Amino acid sequence: MREGQNAREERWRRRSDRWAHRVIFVLSLTAIMTIVLIFIFIFREALPILTNPEIQREASLRHFFHPMEGPDLASRYMWQPVALVPKYSLIPLILGTLKTTLVALGIAAPLAIAAALYTSEFAPPRIRELIKPAIELLAGIPSVVLGFFALIVLATWMHRLFGFETRLNAITAGTALALALIPIIYTVSEDALNAVPRSLREASLALGATRWQTATRVVLPAASPGVFASLVLGFGRAVGETMIVLMASGNAAITSWRFTDSVRTLAATIAAELGEVVFGSPHYHVLFFIGALLFVVTFAVNSVGVYIIHRVQLRLRGER
Amino acid sequence: MTVAPRTESPAASLIASRRAIFWERLREQVPIGLLALASWLIVAMLGIILGNIAWNGAGQLSWEFLTTAPRAGMTEGGIFPAIFGTVALVILMTIATVPIGVATAIYLREFVPGSNLAYAWARARAARQWRERLIGLGHVVEILFARATRAAVNNLAGVPSIVFGLFGLGFFVRFIGGGIDRLFYGGELTYGQPAIIWAALTLALLTLPVVIVSTDEALRAVPRELREASLALGATRWQTIWHVVLPEALPGILTGAILAVSRGAGEVAPVLFTGAAYFLPYLPSRLNDQFMELGYHVFILSTQSPDVEKTKPLLYGTVLVLLALTFALNAVGVLIRARVRRRLRARS
Amino acid sequence: MVKFGTIRETAREPARAPDPQTTPLPVKVQVERFSFYYGDVRVLHEITLGFPRNQVTALIGPSGCGKTTLLRAINRMNDLIPDTRAEGRILLDGENIYDPQVDVVRLRRRVGMVFQRSNPFPKTIFENVAYGLRVNGLVRNRRELQERVEESLRQAALWDEVKDRLHESALALSGGQQQRLCIARALAVRPEVLLLDEPASALDPIATEKIEELIAELKRHYTIIIVTHNMQQAARVSDYTAFLWMGHLVEFNQTEKLFTVPREKLTEDYLTGRFG
Repeated sequence: MREGQNAREERWRRRSDRWAHRVIFVLSLTAIMTIVLIFIFIFREALPILTNPEIQREASLRHFFHPMEGPDLASRYMWQPVALVPKYSLIPLILGTLKTTLVALGIAAPLAIAAALYTSEFAPPRIRELIKPAIELLAGIPSVVLGFFALIVLATWMHRLFGFETRLNAITAGTALALALIPIIYTVSEDALNAVPRSLREASLALGATRWQTATRVVLPAASPGVFASLVLGFGRAVGETMIVLMASGNAAITSWRFTDSVRTLAATIAAELGEVVFGSPHYHVLFFIGALLFVVTFAVNSVGVYIIHRVQLRLRGER
Repeated sequence: MTVAPRTESPAASLIASRRAIFWERLREQVPIGLLALASWLIVAMLGIILGNIAWNGAGQLSWEFLTTAPRAGMTEGGIFPAIFGTVALVILMTIATVPIGVATAIYLREFVPGSNLAYAWARARAARQWRERLIGLGHVVEILFARATRAAVNNLAGVPSIVFGLFGLGFFVRFIGGGIDRLFYGGELTYGQPAIIWAALTLALLTLPVVIVSTDEALRAVPRELREASLALGATRWQTIWHVVLPEALPGILTGAILAVSRGAGEVAPVLFTGAAYFLPYLPSRLNDQFMELGYHVFILSTQSPDVEKTKPLLYGTVLVLLALTFALNAVGVLIRARVRRRLRARS
Repeated sequence: MVKFGTIRETAREPARAPDPQTTPLPVKVQVERFSFYYGDVRVLHEITLGFPRNQVTALIGPSGCGKTTLLRAINRMNDLIPDTRAEGRILLDGENIYDPQVDVVRLRRRVGMVFQRSNPFPKTIFENVAYGLRVNGLVRNRRELQERVEESLRQAALWDEVKDRLHESALALSGGQQQRLCIARALAVRPEVLLLDEPASALDPIATEKIEELIAELKRHYTIIIVTHNMQQAARVSDYTAFLWMGHLVEFNQTEKLFTVPREKLTEDYLTGRFG
């Protein structure tokens, strides 16, 4: 009897092991499936731009990038999807995205990299334990809250300080966006700096270099691929960030080179317009096309960043 | 071996003159001071944002504000439906994302046979019997799959949240929801429209990387000896995972869940088109109801309000509640994670 | 077997002053009643000994005996480790390097160091050697820089192997070449004392032999202190040897004498392989 029970128990044990393996495997398919499905479902809705002649009459690649007749830059490239004759130039949106991204990176990169260098090389442990979590906590503020702060508080302060013509513009939005980029750039850079072997620092100091010389001439160059990766990832985030720019940029699709004009970004356009668009209309497909564009750009940028980080890790491990 | 003659420099004193020391210190300390300044500037920004919101929002918090619905075109009243909607949304999201995320991490860490592709491939080729060879090829496929999954997780974390919103609309609302309607409701619009379940599932996919990364870290921190001890006692792999590994990794999994909730509760872009409503006179009670959300409420109040000055106190109050929810959770998550990492470092 | 009592007695003996007979040469680095602490743990106990000028002195002893700590104390590399503390004095040409007024950067310029594992910077071969010259502002122009780099590489017996690839990455060199590059890098700033921390422990026998030849060559110009766990190596390359045990200096003598007629029982036991 006992033999039989043991055998049954044993069988059950084996079977449960096998089934657990299967269930877990199926669940772990989700990550890959999601990427694939995002790809399929965004591109499926974006595809008519390239294939459907009906849609193409109003919105095609030609409309997106080719200039129209007009006296100045702003009238040659226009985004007016709900006009009587809709105009779908993506140039003002791309330009707006680049402008806010540039401002954001211009502010966030020096601050975040300086902070990373300070905490990894110079700060006393006590201060490091204060600054590090504080910057990580910055990442925990929802972007809608940053957008709100930019819109209600920051825009007013900056308006008073610099006397902008328009209260909401690329600089205001970029500044708010910088707050979202700082934690990313900081965290990735700091990881890269910390991964530099201590032996290199010792070698430099033993040669009579000061701590500052060691940090700038040995540690920072050795970590530079990682620091570069942090900027790449920051760029990806800046391009894709929606709520901050939606709230703080003024949302006027003006084609201009001035940073003090209101801007409209690719991501903010989707957020602002998809809610009111007619399903299946050219406008609808254009918005999905923009989504596909964002997906491709961020996917590429992110892959490059992750690849660099991976390579650096391998190299530093190989060296040790 | 040729050794060039070396000119002896006169032995310099180790003690520098006061002036030399002053200038050297200056050259060294000024740039370091600038780095410190940048660091504190960032911390100051955090302080200013939090301080501003706490200062202006605290006065607005009241029992009434937290428990009643908006009135008078959202210029008065409370935010209870938004709090309720957010909590419901996040609970649904957690139910979906935690099991999937934990399972994925377990698979990657516990079931994938090694990570050396070249070795697995060589073994499969060297196998004599077709059965062995099949198993070897299976291993190769599994390693490839694991790599693809890790890449997918990394990329998923970088996909903009607005793209998740588009995907949620295209996949969950139109494809799945529309499909359910056609199959079970005779085409009547029931699930094929924005709803809390679709928003929650969209958010679940968005927060999946957070859970996976946290769980993976926690699993890595479990010492191999524990697993080996359990296996040596005759436990199956699954028994080892269930009785030994998972309990050890629980704090890390918890962190992942908390961070995911914190992230999900603050996201607006993915729920814009998948279920969030401007204003609802009722609370969501079914999976296909729409819902109000705190983040979306903040967005609406600050951009679409007819009278910004009048709604400002309400707005600050809402932001404070949202921040308390997301930020407090995030702080807890970061703290636990720091402890898990310390343990990990102590072990390696 | 070593009797515990014996060990304690030897270890507890007061720090001995260097026997004038054993150090007839002028002393370059004088260690005086030097103690070192990691937190509350004392790892060096009132060490006193003098390293003679232009000679090679080996520090030997079982692992954990404090030989590396003593070596790193001589250019104050231990300062980098938090929660450490030094007592006593170390004199470089009669000047106490632990004097609070001492500028550590100046000290390290005069006392160079080569580490256990070769640690070239991820830069070119040329830039590795030029680094110390650049950060210390020791050269006035490009030509002088090139001369000094070549001189250092020649001194390290590496010039012929790398002269055609000076601008390639240093990481592409073999392990032995990397270690000689690290020696060249240390020599470039023309230190007076060269500290070598088990410089050949990660190298194969042929690379080790090259390093040993190099050390013999270099002592004409430098005072060399080498930590090694390999007693044959100590016997081959050094003129003087100090035997440390559990943070105490047990015996210091001319290498020949220490290896053939050790005065201490403990030294003899260690040399004959009874422990360590």
